[in-house]
Amino acid sequence: MTALLGEGLRLSYGDRVVAEGFDIALPAGKVSVLVGPNACGKSTALRALARLLTPTAGAVYLGDAPITGFSHRELARRLALLPQSPIAPDGITVRDLVARGRTPHQRWWRQWSRADEEIVERALAATGTAELADRNLDELSGGQRQRVWIALALAQETPVLLLDEPTTYLDLAFQVDVLELVAELNERNGTTVVMVLHDLNQACRYADHLVAMRAGTVIAAGPPTEVVTPELVREVFGLECRIITCPVAGTPIVVPEGRPRRGGAGFPSAGK
Amino acid sequence: MSVHTVRPAPDRLATPAPARRVRRYGWELPPFGGLVRPRALGVFAAVLGLATAALVASVSIGQFAIPVDDVVRALTGTGGADATLIVRELRLPRALTALLVGVAFGLAGALMQAVTRNPLASPDLIGISAGASTGGVAAMLIGGATAAGAGSYPTVPFGALAGALVAAAVCYGMAFRDGTITGFRFVLVGIGVQGALTALTSWLLARADINEASRAMVWLTGSLNGRGFEHAWWMGLALLCCVPLVLALIRPYQLLQYGDDTARALGLPVDRARMLLLLASVVLAAVATAAAGPIGFVALAAPQVARRLTGTANLPLLTSGAVGAALLLLADLAARLLLAPIELPVGVVTGVVGAPYLMWLLVRANRVGRAG
Repeated sequence: MTALLGEGLRLSYGDRVVAEGFDIALPAGKVSVLVGPNACGKSTALRALARLLTPTAGAVYLGDAPITGFSHRELARRLALLPQSPIAPDGITVRDLVARGRTPHQRWWRQWSRADEEIVERALAATGTAELADRNLDELSGGQRQRVWIALALAQETPVLLLDEPTTYLDLAFQVDVLELVAELNERNGTTVVMVLHDLNQACRYADHLVAMRAGTVIAAGPPTEVVTPELVREVFGLECRIITCPVAGTPIVVPEGRPRRGGAGFPSAGK
Repeated sequence: MSVHTVRPAPDRLATPAPARRVRRYGWELPPFGGLVRPRALGVFAAVLGLATAALVASVSIGQFAIPVDDVVRALTGTGGADATLIVRELRLPRALTALLVGVAFGLAGALMQAVTRNPLASPDLIGISAGASTGGVAAMLIGGATAAGAGSYPTVPFGALAGALVAAAVCYGMAFRDGTITGFRFVLVGIGVQGALTALTSWLLARADINEASRAMVWLTGSLNGRGFEHAWWMGLALLCCVPLVLALIRPYQLLQYGDDTARALGLPVDRARMLLLLASVVLAAVATAAAGPIGFVALAAPQVARRLTGTANLPLLTSGAVGAALLLLADLAARLLLAPIELPVGVVTGVVGAPYLMWLLVRANRVGRAG
């Protein structure tokens, strides 16, 4: 069962074409991760899947229906997106921001309800931001802020959740925290998750379905254990590496080749 | 459990919703369940009260002071002839015009600042009022009308509206890039357009007849002097058309204060909403300018003052309108009384108060390291 499908997409910003004849299929109820070198078009692909960018050719399908057929509100009830650097008004409180997630479910004749309130409180609790609820967003650390934005997407209660580099600017503990949260969401609610990640090892660890991209094309797609090979990493990233198995999760870990270095040895400037 | 077991994760998603009803979101308005914050509501009522007090004061106070009870009598038609004349023909239309023009500027400023997410974006700084000025002056000079007061040229409102719309279209067109516009680009383009239009207005004035030019100059400073009921009617009619439209757009207005991507992800057709809200802002600024001239800084300051009063993150729309009305009424009162019996144009007062505010805003924006 495919949750999101892109067929023959031509993606461009003005005259600059990022991808041409781009095909992608993402399974429902799974965690899919897009990886690839910088500027390979993975964020652009995600934007097209979320209908933030209109392809100049080809079509995107959400479930069985063309994504262009949904009204803005209908789409926002089916698919939530966390953009790469989201903006909120200065001085907004965490609770007010997360409450905005209920917008697509509200009409002028049925605005805020008790159910909305419960969903928002649950989203706050799920992301561990309940105790921050009355704080201003500006006062929070990067990791806290990212969890608040995820809470906003959760409050939308959509079956599909798209995250554009949710771990950027976070330290390692927060990165793992955010990814664990996403995995939990997927397991518990069956939410289809699609994210763009930079770290290939994290991608292997958390993806059910890995999509490796390079220069606007999908090079390989499938379960990380099947897809990730030294040849693939060479082709996609131009990096020589070995693949070992993660002792915790049994997923592939990419170890780059290159000059072996002994910690602390040699001149400070050696190797520069 | 699957492979994702780094640590014993608490079952976060199963957290039960709090059983106790939380009142942290504000008061609900039956029957639709809209949310109102007590403080925002209180501030709105207080500002409305201040505006009403200022309205009464500006009818009552003057060279010929009329006590409030005489004002009421004059309005109900049971007062003395002098008081009735002064209240009904002179002061009330002027005060009402000030009130309505203030509301229009306050709303226009809030809409524009919300759409561009920039506190500097105000019709009087980014070319909209300048466009209205050029249009109005052109209508006065080229239209060749010869009525007594500059504000009573019948063609001026249409000239101002046309000028403002053209200026807005130019700004929008030039700020358009890659299929969308950014608020910051819109503001920069607007400042450029403002410069060009100010030059155009000066050129029009320079080649005009000296008497007509001096009359146009009074209008250009922004003045409420000699405003009659025709201005109040015109403003009232314009607000009657615009305010329901603006209220219908209140949700897009709120969502646009988030990033474009976030607003879209929450189901807002961003480009259409931005276009409509900007149009509403331009029309409001244009009719207000047509009635009273390009009075500076009210549209700039009112939304920010309102936001600080209500303590909300969003710019409160209706409170901005009320603050605009109170500001303009008080400024006009000051313009009439400060150097009495000489009357200043109200634009001079708002300029004297507003310019330091603008400087503070610029310094602050620089310190924070962003323009918003």
